[in-house]
Amino acid sequence: MATPIIQVENLRIGYGIHVLLDNLSFDVEQGEILAILGGSGCGKSTLMKNMIGLYTPLAGRVLIDGEDIAQADGRQRRAILRKFGVTYQMGALFGSMSLLENVRLPLEAHTDLPTEAIDLIARMKLQMVGLAQAAGKIPAELSGGMQKRAAIARAMALDPKILFLDEPSAGLDPITSAGLDQLIATLARTLGMTFVIVTHELASIFAIADRVVMLDNQSKGIIAFGEPAQLRDQSDHPWVRQFFNREPSSADAFK
Amino acid sequence: MTTFTTHPSADGHYTITLSGRLDATGVAALWEPVHAALSGERITVIDASQVDYCDGAGLALLFDLKRQNHRGITVTGLAPDVAALLAQFDPAGFGKDTADAPTRVPLVTAIGRSVHSYAEHVTAQIEFLGAATAALGSALRHPASIRWKDALLIAERAGVDALPIVALIAFLMGLIIAFQSAIPLRQYGGEVFVGDLVGLSMLRELGPLMTAILIAGRSGAAFAAELGTMKVNEEINALTTMGFDPIRFLVVTRVLAGLIVTPLLTIFADLIGILGGALTMLTFSIPTRTYFTHVGAFADTADFLGGLAKSVVFGILIAGIGCLKGLQTASGAAAVGQATTRAVVAAIIMIVVVDGLFALIYFILDV
Ligand SMILES: Nc1ncnc2c1ncn2[C@@H]1O[C@H](COP(=O)(O)OP(=O)(O)OP(=O)(O)O)[C@@H](O)[C@H]1O
Ligand SMILES: [Mg+2]
Repeated sequence: MATPIIQVENLRIGYGIHVLLDNLSFDVEQGEILAILGGSGCGKSTLMKNMIGLYTPLAGRVLIDGEDIAQADGRQRRAILRKFGVTYQMGALFGSMSLLENVRLPLEAHTDLPTEAIDLIARMKLQMVGLAQAAGKIPAELSGGMQKRAAIARAMALDPKILFLDEPSAGLDPITSAGLDQLIATLARTLGMTFVIVTHELASIFAIADRVVMLDNQSKGIIAFGEPAQLRDQSDHPWVRQFFNREPSSADAFK
Repeated sequence: MTTFTTHPSADGHYTITLSGRLDATGVAALWEPVHAALSGERITVIDASQVDYCDGAGLALLFDLKRQNHRGITVTGLAPDVAALLAQFDPAGFGKDTADAPTRVPLVTAIGRSVHSYAEHVTAQIEFLGAATAALGSALRHPASIRWKDALLIAERAGVDALPIVALIAFLMGLIIAFQSAIPLRQYGGEVFVGDLVGLSMLRELGPLMTAILIAGRSGAAFAAELGTMKVNEEINALTTMGFDPIRFLVVTRVLAGLIVTPLLTIFADLIGILGGALTMLTFSIPTRTYFTHVGAFADTADFLGGLAKSVVFGILIAGIGCLKGLQTASGAAAVGQATTRAVVAAIIMIVVVDGLFALIYFILDV
């Protein structure tokens, strides 16, 4: 069997001395769609930022295609960065550029394609997320959900091997959200793209996620890892069942 | 390695065969040659059966060929999944977005629009001035309603933290003026009058003016950037919907801080500047005592108070303009930068203009 495209080994993450999650180990296979689940504030975004090398893990390591991004520098680091695209929870589009320019930017920086090819690719990406009409607009002129979709178009501009998406469907209506799921599934199937998605959308988890990793900040670790349907039906962890069946947690609804 | 070959067929049509990896690297190498080879030709078949990988860049190439020769073109041999991806793009309706190309507007329309936007701009300034004055007036009538904690914190950042830079600049200014004027005056044996000159110019003009410009650069910019960022992050909207008036909540505190801090810093600058002059005079062997007698002999309390009155107005202007530009910020990070620049430029222009007005008024009043 091929080596997994992402390997997370004994990872400890947090801010300074404040450890959020410890001893995380899991793999992501090439072409797999992995969902990261967990309560609000449990460290999902932080885990993602550790996986993409924005933060250095407090302990352990993350291997992307067998290489440790935290240790890499210079040319090697750029080569690793080229392998994935990222969207952030807040969108992070460049506010002074039009959507088209936002999507063109990574293409201009990383390829030798001629201008008209870059333009065409950028427009095609925007069309894939349903924003062909808005190519000339700046992010501030868009709704929150449109900004989310534009960020996805930018993240996949270079057709990276891996896409990290932080809550891509938050703020989208069910129809658009389903369309996004379909796009993700198609890309995973046709181009063999790997997806790591932070999400709370049960519908989309069951529709597209091959596996889920569920985090918990009380035990500071992974409480479940596997196929979503199987976890829903078989997990003996009460929190996992509650999550998949959308039940409020009995005593401590907001904790 | 990505390559292509073309095969003319008997009836004048072409088949183009692509092979290898159609990714960004491969397509970058192919794009120009393929287009060059096909310019003017009418192709009918793109044979992609030898393509082993096709990503977005490859799709773009195929789509572009399809788009440019879209009558009767077929793509064969593409993996079904990729073909489905390609099929979702429609050559006819592609790339027609509404807001993209800037349309040419007739000159009259352009003039009309800019006059309109300028008029709106002026209206907004007047509205802001009215709202801020009203809020300030009511705040002064009900001092308990002022958020003093915020105001003092801002005053600390705009005032106390500015002491070192004000001291440095004022000291050097006093020193340099004294030096520059002492040299020509010495030719007439008039170095003793340097004190008169430094005292008058520091108290009446340079102290207030220079302090105001420094505050505009430090705090006017800070106010604009802070309020601009709040505007961009919708914090201002949040305040409004919570029932706070942003002008009362944010502007009054800052204007008050500016109003307190500017005259105090001006007094400080006056003193330090005069001290700087004293140091220069020592090197011209004029005793400090004589120097101070001359400072006091020519400049009087009216000069000092006149300078102070100006600085109060400057303080209000700087803080007001900083807040106004911050609140007028459009959206996006670039807009915050723009707002900050505008705040500093507008504040400095207003300072100089108002300074001129004061000179005129003092002349008429014979102060
Ligand atoms: N820059 C930071 N410095 C210090 N602590 C932080 C920082 N960013 C986040 N945290 C803390 O880390 C914890 C996890 O944050 P994180 O953003 O990873 O949560 P999350 O799981 O993505 O939550 P959500 O689902 O609400 O987005 C939170 O308790 C938060 O307070
Ligand atoms: Mg998050």
